[in-house]
Amino acid sequence: MGGTSSLYIMNMALMGMGIYALIAKRHIIKKIIGVVIMEYAINLFLILLGYKTDGIAPIQDSSINAAQLAVRAVDPLPQALVLTSIVIGLGTLALMAAQAIKLYEKYKTFDMSEINRLRG
Amino acid sequence: MNNIRELSKDESSGMTIIVKTISRLVLSFILLFGFYIILYGHITPGGGFAGGVILSISYVLLMLAFGSKVALAKLSNFWASMLDNLGALAFIVIGFLGLTGGYFMTNFIWHGHPGQLISAGIIPLCNIAIAIKVSAALYAIFIGLSIYGRIVTEEEK
Amino acid sequence: MNHILPLLVGIPLGMSVINLILSKASKRISDVIAPLAVLAVAVLSFYLLGTETTAYWMGGWYPPFGITLLYDGLTSLLLIVVNTVAFLAIFYSISYMEKYTSKPKFYSLFLLMLAGMNGVVITGDLFNMFVFLEIASIASYALVGFGVEHEELEASFKYLILGSFASTMILLGIALTYAMTGTVNMADAATMLQSIPASKTMAFAAGAFIMGFALKSGLVPFHAWLPDAHPSAPAPVSAMLSGVLIKAIGVYAMLRVIFNVLGPTAINLNIMVVLGALSMAVGGFLALGQNDMKRMLAYSSISQIGYIVMAFGLGTHLGFIAGLFHLFNHAAFKSLLFLSSGAIEHATGTKDLRRLGGLSGKLPVTTTTTIAGALSISGVPPFNGFFSKLLIIIACVSAGRWFLAALAATISVVTLIYFFKMMRFSLFGELPAKLQKIREVPFPMAFSLIALSVICLAVGIAYFVGPTFSELFLEPGANVLLDGLKNNAANYISSVLGG
Repeated sequence: MGGTSSLYIMNMALMGMGIYALIAKRHIIKKIIGVVIMEYAINLFLILLGYKTDGIAPIQDSSINAAQLAVRAVDPLPQALVLTSIVIGLGTLALMAAQAIKLYEKYKTFDMSEINRLRG
Repeated sequence: MNNIRELSKDESSGMTIIVKTISRLVLSFILLFGFYIILYGHITPGGGFAGGVILSISYVLLMLAFGSKVALAKLSNFWASMLDNLGALAFIVIGFLGLTGGYFMTNFIWHGHPGQLISAGIIPLCNIAIAIKVSAALYAIFIGLSIYGRIVTEEEK
Repeated sequence: MNHILPLLVGIPLGMSVINLILSKASKRISDVIAPLAVLAVAVLSFYLLGTETTAYWMGGWYPPFGITLLYDGLTSLLLIVVNTVAFLAIFYSISYMEKYTSKPKFYSLFLLMLAGMNGVVITGDLFNMFVFLEIASIASYALVGFGVEHEELEASFKYLILGSFASTMILLGIALTYAMTGTVNMADAATMLQSIPASKTMAFAAGAFIMGFALKSGLVPFHAWLPDAHPSAPAPVSAMLSGVLIKAIGVYAMLRVIFNVLGPTAINLNIMVVLGALSMAVGGFLALGQNDMKRMLAYSSISQIGYIVMAFGLGTHLGFIAGLFHLFNHAAFKSLLFLSSGAIEHATGTKDLRRLGGLSGKLPVTTTTTIAGALSISGVPPFNGFFSKLLIIIACVSAGRWFLAALAATISVVTLIYFFKMMRFSLFGELPAKLQKIREVPFPMAFSLIALSVICLAVGIAYFVGPTFSELFLEPGANVLLDGLKNNAANYISSVLGG
């Protein structure tokens, strides 16, 4: 388990990095990168949940019976979930990029601390 | 637009002749690989989304190498968003046709034998619909972002 | 098996696409088909009212393998609230959205948002809920920034960043639940969680879920985006966001996950009470100092959502009834108030209270509906807000929480004060010279305003007159929550897995 748990720790570090970029950075693009890193950390976490050392693809054919497959095959569900989550992340990213361009067009800056018309 | 070979010698738009020549050679293979990923999506890794991304990348490459005029002449902004909608509509229609099998999204077509190209019922059809949707949408997003970006940078000058 | 359930998502989703295709031919078409689509969904949700709890297996895949849709008492209430408000808002926007370009795109985004909300409400699968939640959220980010001016873009970007953070937290919660149970079906996960001892992982997952949903529903201290995003959006969108979106993807999703999956432990309920009470107080006092009409309404939304969440957190039958009733009422009067403020803005061109005044002579319909909404929200009988606030206070007292009861009563006085301020500065007083030539709003806007005012009044009277209203709308929902509280969600689990 030693290998896997260090992977989980690194995964958490990645997540922390994303949150740091999201909170501490003022540049819009860096904030967007923070959001993306965070999303990908969660995706990686989901993939790790289904991971098995020396696992095989979860397809049953004549060479393997159901019991062996259940032991050896990787979990297919997280992969399906992650694919969906990546697509959602892509949509969010496209919207964020478009908004960043529009914000730059209006405010002529990428600095979030100067974009502060709304108060109160 | 004219022949793509002539376009690659035209130095007024797009990147250098090296990039243009390489892209011209590679483009059709990217497109072919995209179709392969889509059509075999139900029996090998891949599927509608991955294949659609590859298809859209071939258009993005066309746009980057030859300039936006050439790419927009091949597939215009209007048709990109139209295909985007039609792909989504096709997917929903497949879902509703599933009601003939008893439930929404039922796999109502003959399933065939596992591992063969014509198998898995509606899944290949869904893959094709998704591929149309994803490829057109990504291309449209790319057009949108590049055109918006250019307006902003030109205003600065 | 009930084939209407997938239609509730399928119709708006399909029509949003068809609308975009047809609008390339003629822009007028979308004025007809988009409201008709929402009307169809609203009619379907009323048609479903009173049907027994049913599960629907997507594609014929039985749970826990396939995606399950579930219709029960809580779902029925939320469907009616969401779709009724959505229809009135989209009917209103036929004339309100004239001043914006690309109206068909607005309708499509609106329909997408509606599809997402309906999906969140009817789904019985955790990951599917996340997907629909993201559909609704992404559409709402785009709708908030629909005006693409300075303020709209800024608000939309803030909303987007915090919303993505919330979604990530919810996904983390789902991933941890999956790690512990090996399933994403809500009922199946609930069964598994009941059979394993409570662990730190699940406590962390519960924290992630609550944080995510609290961010989505704008509870203090996660409210930073809400007072920016809700006022910046076009009025029908503000009405949808404040009226139903924060309830469908915030409060409802939180209730489902806590009461049916994680289990309503004392800690979870107390967190809800604390978050609710805090939002109630902070939102109310911050609303007092606002001069922008829509911003005041947004802060008031935080305060009223606080009432709702606090009532659910009490964990009593009366608390559930009160919470559901206030959720229903808040959807009616907050969307009414946002639509009225939009009508005032439409007529006068400003929403700044310092530049308004004396509109009662010029805008009779809007004035009447604004007064109806303001009286409802501040709890004046016989409007609906009075009864739900009274119920919340009684529920607090009968649960032995005297402090909360006193706080709720105090904040309702504060609510009355800031709505008097709003009415005083906008409707009464002297009419500024600039506003002499304003005209009453066109028919679609007036229709929605009047319909919502009638709902506000009729619901209050219906509740007062007899138990029919409560039995039809509130009791089934409260029973679902009670089942989660007392019965380990046994009915829920059996209706999903056994159906």
